[in-house]
Amino acid sequence: MSAAARELGEGRERLLEVRGLTIGWGSKVLQTDLTFSVDRGEVFAILGRSGAGKSTLLRFLVGLEEPTAGHVEIAGHGPVDLTAGLPPFGVMFQAGALFGSMTVGENVGLALDEWTDLPPVATAAIARTKLALVGLEGAFDKLPSELSGGMIKRAAIARALALDPELVFLDEPSAGLDPITAREIDGLIRALNEGLGLTCVVVTHELESVFAVADRCIVLGDHGGGIVAEGDPRELRESTDPRVREFFNRRPRS
Amino acid sequence: MTTVAAPHAGAGSSDRAEPATFTIERSPGAVRLSGTFRTTEAARAWQELHAAVASAGSGELVLDLSDVKRMDGGVIALVVAARAELATQGVTARIVSTPEHLRPLFELYRGMERPAERVRRPSLGGLETVGDAALRWASELRDAVHFFSAVAAAFVRVVRRPRSAHLKELPWLVERAGFDALPIVVLISLLVGFVMGYQSARQLERFGANVYVADLVGISITRELAPLMTAIIVVGRSGAGFAAEIGTMKVSDEIDALRVMGLQPIARLVIPRLVALALVLPVLALVSDVVGIAGGLFVAVVSLDVTAHAYLLETRRALVGWDVWQGLIKSAPFGVTIALIACQQGFAASGGAESVGRRTTTTVVSCLFTLVLLDAAFTFTLRMLGK
Ligand SMILES: Nc1ncnc2c1ncn2[C@@H]1O[C@H](COP(=O)(O)OP(=O)(O)OP(=O)(O)O)[C@@H](O)[C@H]1O
Ligand SMILES: [Mg+2]
Repeated sequence: MSAAARELGEGRERLLEVRGLTIGWGSKVLQTDLTFSVDRGEVFAILGRSGAGKSTLLRFLVGLEEPTAGHVEIAGHGPVDLTAGLPPFGVMFQAGALFGSMTVGENVGLALDEWTDLPPVATAAIARTKLALVGLEGAFDKLPSELSGGMIKRAAIARALALDPELVFLDEPSAGLDPITAREIDGLIRALNEGLGLTCVVVTHELESVFAVADRCIVLGDHGGGIVAEGDPRELRESTDPRVREFFNRRPRS
Repeated sequence: MTTVAAPHAGAGSSDRAEPATFTIERSPGAVRLSGTFRTTEAARAWQELHAAVASAGSGELVLDLSDVKRMDGGVIALVVAARAELATQGVTARIVSTPEHLRPLFELYRGMERPAERVRRPSLGGLETVGDAALRWASELRDAVHFFSAVAAAFVRVVRRPRSAHLKELPWLVERAGFDALPIVVLISLLVGFVMGYQSARQLERFGANVYVADLVGISITRELAPLMTAIIVVGRSGAGFAAEIGTMKVSDEIDALRVMGLQPIARLVIPRLVALALVLPVLALVSDVVGIAGGLFVAVVSLDVTAHAYLLETRRALVGWDVWQGLIKSAPFGVTIALIACQQGFAASGGAESVGRRTTTTVVSCLFTLVLLDAAFTFTLRMLGK
């Protein structure tokens, strides 16, 4: 948690509020009755095994899917409406979702072009800086098809940060990266969180990242088990609940 | 007792340490497996096991593995599957004397032991199949209507605030859909004019009505063939292209990435394509008119002894401006139709590459069908209006 947020103490501000949310695809329900909230200035991790519905949950949080039950609210903005102007958050999709017809620089600069009156030179300068943040200065003029899998992830993080949102959603930012780059991404998340008070909602499998960056986390159970644990990951590690232990001790229940 | 010995493995695996030789001996109440079982040579083992399973009476069957030197995972899976199949027949198969080194693998494959409950989709009766298809069709239709109303709304917004239109892409789209299509439009129109002229020439010659080939070619090209042919070419080039392009963006989350930036994919992707085809098609149709008539002229001059001058004069006499206009006017809605269907199908893609392919095919088929319907409607309406 950033120093600023810590000083707020009791007066912490809810930034993201999820109540009684049901997620799924069409008639297939993945999880029901999800309730949790994220405070401003927090790094919040969503954990769970593959297929538990983490990416799907993210789609509901950012307003790409209309909930059939429950609410998602972003404080001060109400329920998310993607047709009502610039959303107050940035999103990084699990597979990057870079625009294949644009260069990496244009990908990062697109939102800046659309939502600010900056001249192209200025948006390019900002895009270049954001790319440098994730160690991709050299990729500015490349097409996404010319990047490696890890580079695509990093470019997608840069794109999510383009307009300096107060909240970012990152779907497995460090999965599939080499350990050094993965730690650099963790460092970046911490630095942005502490320096700018950026609130991060991170889906991740990397326990090392969770312990390094997350203030709080939820663990989604398999087979619609709902939220099986919520809290500080360092404390959850000591939990006696087998469903939580199996996750934090990296071994299947026997 | 039967013994089956697999032939020695061919040259391909001769460098392997153990040759794949195995025997499966069947005796009442027991099957004895020995030797080396490899997945690549498992077909024999499967057949033999299957025969053993089929002929197993009831009660108990012993699968004796004591002489197995080596068994690949795939073959273990077959043995476990055979045991599961026996269990469904009420036969208890016991696997005995599993060599020490294979035990962990058998443990690992234990999951298959439960007879696989095949999740059969309930097979539908005739009526249900029809009902199911109708439901699916209805939901497709609902999605399409939803999409078209979203396009209409986006269009209204653009008309109100033209600055909100994303026409940056327009020149590029016009170039791709129009300019790049010129060679094929010219070639096909020329050939069609040529063929029409030639076919009609043979009839007209008999009546000495050679020069009327100009009327025939001129009127059919301008009124019907040019707009329809260019539309069909554009369906194949741009319609399929738009559907594949947008479908790929959809399945790789790019459309969603636009939405979470607060950008409107329909306004950005559909409106420019719609405008591009509405502009491009009439121009292509006009080119096709000219080239088609030129094709007819060529035939008339070469094989009908009609002079170029006479042919052109006759064309001018036969064609009224309305013939040409009517063809060009209907080209614009043809273009809009193609763009709408292609984009709708692109947006409806979901899942993966397979879906993009299917949507592209659907685009071409629905476009052709709709174009012919539209054309018939046009002709009919104009007829009623007495034109
Ligand atoms: N487009 C889709 N249409 C239908 N079902 C889907 C779709 N995408 C995902 N699913 C289903 O939703 C379930 C959860 O998928 P999701 O991608 O949310 O999992 P996840 O927790 O993010 O897993 P991972 O850690 O592997 O990314 C899966 O069972 C999957 O089959
Ligand atoms: Mg996921």
